[in-house]
Amino acid sequence: MSTATASAPSSSDSKKTLRNAVIRFAGNSQDGIQSIGGFLARLAGRTAQEVMTYMTIPATISGGPSIFQVHLGSGEVLTAGDEADVLVAFYQHSYDGHFNALRQGGICLYDSAEVKEIKHEKGVFHIGIPFTAATVEAIGGSAKDRGKNMFVLGLIVSVFNLDKEKLVGIISRQFGKKDESVLRNALLAFDAGYAYQIGDIEKFALAPGEADSGHRISTDGNQMLSLGLLAAGVRYGAAYPITPWSSIMETLRSELPKYGGIFVQAEDELAAVSMAIGEAFAGHLSMTGSSGPGLSLKMEALGYASMAELPLIVVNVQRGGPSTGLPTSVEQSDLMQAIYGSHGDTPRFVLAPKDVEDCFYIALEAGRIARKYSSPVIILSDQALSSRIEAFEEPDLDKHWVEPTLDQTPRDADWKPYPLDKTTQHAPPGTKMAGGKYPHISGLEHDEWGHPSGNAKMHQQMTNKRRQKLLDAAAEFPAPEVHGDATGDALIIAWGSAWGPAKEACDRLRSEGHKVSAANIRHLHPLPNKLDGVLAGFKNVVCVEMNDFGAYGHGQLAMLLRAKYADPKIKSVCKTDGLAFRVREIVTGVEKHLAAGQA
Amino acid sequence: MSTAVATPEAPAAAAAPVVEKLTKKALTADHPTWCPGCGDFAVLAMFYRVLEKLNIPQEKIVVVAGIGCSSRFPYFMNTHSLHFIHGRALPLATGVSLSRPDVHVFVFGGDGDGFSIGGNHLNHAARKNVKLTYIIMDNFVYGLTKNQTSPTTPIGRKSKTDPTGAIDRPINPMKQLLASGATFIARTHAAQVKHMEEIFTRAINHDGFSVVECLSECVMFYPGAFDDSTPRKGGTYELIDETQHDVTDDVAAFKLADYLAPGKFGVYYQVNRPTKNALEQKWIDDTQSKLGGVSQKDILRKRFEAMR
Repeated sequence: MSTATASAPSSSDSKKTLRNAVIRFAGNSQDGIQSIGGFLARLAGRTAQEVMTYMTIPATISGGPSIFQVHLGSGEVLTAGDEADVLVAFYQHSYDGHFNALRQGGICLYDSAEVKEIKHEKGVFHIGIPFTAATVEAIGGSAKDRGKNMFVLGLIVSVFNLDKEKLVGIISRQFGKKDESVLRNALLAFDAGYAYQIGDIEKFALAPGEADSGHRISTDGNQMLSLGLLAAGVRYGAAYPITPWSSIMETLRSELPKYGGIFVQAEDELAAVSMAIGEAFAGHLSMTGSSGPGLSLKMEALGYASMAELPLIVVNVQRGGPSTGLPTSVEQSDLMQAIYGSHGDTPRFVLAPKDVEDCFYIALEAGRIARKYSSPVIILSDQALSSRIEAFEEPDLDKHWVEPTLDQTPRDADWKPYPLDKTTQHAPPGTKMAGGKYPHISGLEHDEWGHPSGNAKMHQQMTNKRRQKLLDAAAEFPAPEVHGDATGDALIIAWGSAWGPAKEACDRLRSEGHKVSAANIRHLHPLPNKLDGVLAGFKNVVCVEMNDFGAYGHGQLAMLLRAKYADPKIKSVCKTDGLAFRVREIVTGVEKHLAAGQA
Repeated sequence: MSTAVATPEAPAAAAAPVVEKLTKKALTADHPTWCPGCGDFAVLAMFYRVLEKLNIPQEKIVVVAGIGCSSRFPYFMNTHSLHFIHGRALPLATGVSLSRPDVHVFVFGGDGDGFSIGGNHLNHAARKNVKLTYIIMDNFVYGLTKNQTSPTTPIGRKSKTDPTGAIDRPINPMKQLLASGATFIARTHAAQVKHMEEIFTRAINHDGFSVVECLSECVMFYPGAFDDSTPRKGGTYELIDETQHDVTDDVAAFKLADYLAPGKFGVYYQVNRPTKNALEQKWIDDTQSKLGGVSQKDILRKRFEAMR
């Protein structure tokens, strides 16, 4: 990355102040490198710095090569970093596999007992340290290689002159719940790393954080989505385990009893969505969730929820497809499935959070929409958001908390479950019907009372009624957030986790003199009417998406925009390599479209 | 379950303590779309009668079903009712039962819905012992789609999908239910009104997952399927003698299920095992008792504090 200009070696007493630092830890998944990154991320949150992490996990149980990258910054951090300033390599294969991720003149710390062959390229400054031996020496005989992650953490804290006191506090809280010896060993290893005499290397200091004061938290997207669902009033749900969705259901399963609710582990995806629909019919705001293949399995029942007009939140943490695909990689290829995946015309809502913090607020928005329109709402998160850690302001619960309700007030005689002249709001079981007539909830086309009806006129009227929700919502939804000027040569559009790198790419293009802005779309379906005016200000609209451009040369959102606006100025930058967008990939893609436009 | 979820005991409902007598008239909705002579009419009539007898508050009755002829049942009930998709009535009912312990959940369906497309759900709803009553109206054939082989069609029986006779071994519903862990398992017959009344009543009174296989003839596509268990057509209706059969003995029940067609009728198995409803509520109660009355908002607030 970029702004970090570490040049090593040099005189050792001066500290160079950095605004950003990208550190990549490469080892095996059992080495605990995720916890090194986790500690650094939490520290950043506590020191008003910005942070974004990125990790790869092997899709196997017993581990394998794994990386964890941390991008620390004093100002806004929008990506996990294109290039690393520092590489920490635990093994020869880690070194070989990630040397290229280092920037010119970067620093490589490696385990000298494991890494034997060093490349003399790119002016990289190498420092060999016996991670394991030094850890064993610090902790004592039986430690073997456990604890070497804490040793490495100590090294990093020393090199970047991070707030040791605060970090020790975080470590103590983390390990304090466990056996006393666990904490003692962790701190011994940490101190040994901190005190290790690296030798002739420049030390750095990160500039003070510029984030707003107040309480900041650091966590990943799946955690924030789970907690957002709790704040939105979700008390019931059901799901089936699948990567990378599972940690949401684990959290809800453990947390909901505190709130008097139940999360059911279902026998399969079909049962899970059916249970959640049962909970919705019972009068609750309920939810289910999954990842790609699981969403496909839920599609029939999701169509039912549109037809029966039941409120339901469905989370889809997208991963690489098709089929089993790349379970631990990122992709945004489920957009069309989310909108159109069921048979028949099934109006429903699709939202996408733009970053980890937004995972909380998107859950609240999904709850609001599900209730208001008595409709299924799909939240499209993705693997990158699910597992990366960011630091941000703690949500104000006094402002956002939604109390769950169960409306069993008796309904008047003229009340109907499917009125043609207004939006459905169901009467759950337990509700007395003043007219003595009870509602039928139906997946067959029905009349206003829910009785089956094959009447041609009625089917058209009910289709209109269900579609009207989308039209009403499109009119109500806010305009997408625009970064930059309201007019220009190109507007970069990104959704989901692609927003961070897209925004940074926009800044870089602007600094190079291009008239470019960027917009994030959270409401993907229906698209807000106010989007019309946003697009009108630009000569080109470039959709940045992690899905394939397919037979017609455009990504999935670009296809929808082209269908809506029938405007050839809408273009695509797509990729499906299973990795998050690098800023330079977007910059290059947009520049290409700009150049083509001028030709 | 929820003490936590605001469950406004509807003021108007509370203000009307007059216990209304539930009547068949109140329970009747659309005229059934079944063919004249269909066994399902008798099941519906008996369900009305049992509900009247038990006098369950009308607004607390929930009837759900999947897809099939018998699964049209909810439309014929003037109660809160839901007609779902094929095979998934049980998980849907599970969601209702677990999240609304104050209502009575009834599931109706056929042999295709229950044993074929929804077969796995039957196993899991049974093992979890979800509190609800499930009546499987078994006619040994797919009727709504007009005469294809079903999972209970006897070997040799011809249908549109087995023009030379069924070749796949039919499932034995009683054995399957025993293996899956259902806590009330019984068998009855739509033409045996008194027996049906007794079995439905016992099933509804059971605290747990109660399931009844009710033979119900499809006069259109499989007429005469149950003549061998219909005395007026020369068959024998053999009841389980509960003075001889210990209903808590699953091995004995399994042997009983081995009787040659038409088999025996009555309660095969009944035990008391904690319901999933009760176990989940216990977890909630235990968890909440440790929190010392902290408000829900503060529980979440504390969670955020720990993430600082």
